[in-house]
Amino acid sequence: MAAVSQLQRQFIEYTTSLYNEGYLDDQFTQLQKLQDESNPDFVVEVVSLFFEDSEKLLNNLATALQQKIVDYKQVDSHVHQFKGSSSSIGAQRVTTVCVHFRNYCDEQNLDGCLRCLQQLNHEYILVRNKLEALFRLEQQILQAGGSIPMME
Amino acid sequence: MDTMNVCCNQITPSNSKELHVLAVDDSNIDRKVIERLLKISSFKVTVVDSGSRALQYLGLEQESNSTHFDDLKVNLIITDYSMPGMTGFELLKKIKNSSTLKQIPVVIMSSENILTRIDRCLEEGAEDYLLKPVKLSDVTRLKDSILKTETTGIDQLQSCRIKRKRNDDWLPQPAPKFARL
Repeated sequence: MAAVSQLQRQFIEYTTSLYNEGYLDDQFTQLQKLQDESNPDFVVEVVSLFFEDSEKLLNNLATALQQKIVDYKQVDSHVHQFKGSSSSIGAQRVTTVCVHFRNYCDEQNLDGCLRCLQQLNHEYILVRNKLEALFRLEQQILQAGGSIPMME
Repeated sequence: MDTMNVCCNQITPSNSKELHVLAVDDSNIDRKVIERLLKISSFKVTVVDSGSRALQYLGLEQESNSTHFDDLKVNLIITDYSMPGMTGFELLKKIKNSSTLKQIPVVIMSSENILTRIDRCLEEGAEDYLLKPVKLSDVTRLKDSILKTETTGIDQLQSCRIKRKRNDDWLPQPAPKFARL
């Protein structure tokens, strides 16, 4: 069906661009390998957990950095968690910001931390939007009766 | 009237070849992923969110062993290193210091590629140290190694395979040591 193959092409192009632009890395592909007929929503489920977790962490970070006396250990602990979760789903750009963020925590550099928090918010929203768009495309393909092309 | 020859056939448990892994991680995302990785690799999986819950579970396992109930027997423990409360390293030590638990191989997972940390874990008796995010190939490799240990009874310290890969935290390290026997 023309519609299905067009959607599939769109899907492939979009996915490829996400990898090329560094939004996603190989770990996302690894997650897709774990999805099958017995667990057809695995990736969406894991990514949803990531979204929930991230929003909590971003709030916690904002609060922690607003304290009169900033507890950098606490800040670092949140960033460490964020680094772990983003790395587990392959959200590469988010992970990269976390690495820099941790360095600023080590230096107890408040300005650096605040800038990183801003970047983190930005990168998180970007990757969330892109993943949501990707999942919508997947749904469109499935509803048109097609199958999701597998990434190599 | 026939003599009843009733042979009590040992019903081969369907899990006779299935290894039971206890996975420990404080991150809900990582718990979901490791559980799936292990299940796809045909392990039976129990997941807990802390070292203390792991010890609780293993304590229960000890009790049930005394009544010859095989279902809970743990063949492998895989734990995250950085956890609040009890770290994976502390959990490793407690297991290796327990007369009843020390024979269970323990694998550490960590996002940090720090040689001193890796060495410490191996010295403390860890079977392997996996860099996060853990991949399917890591779990497959682990399974082969554990199966070999289970069937030949080779001491777990004889195989040390450390995967290294570059990541942002990579620190210049001396060449990795590989013990091959």
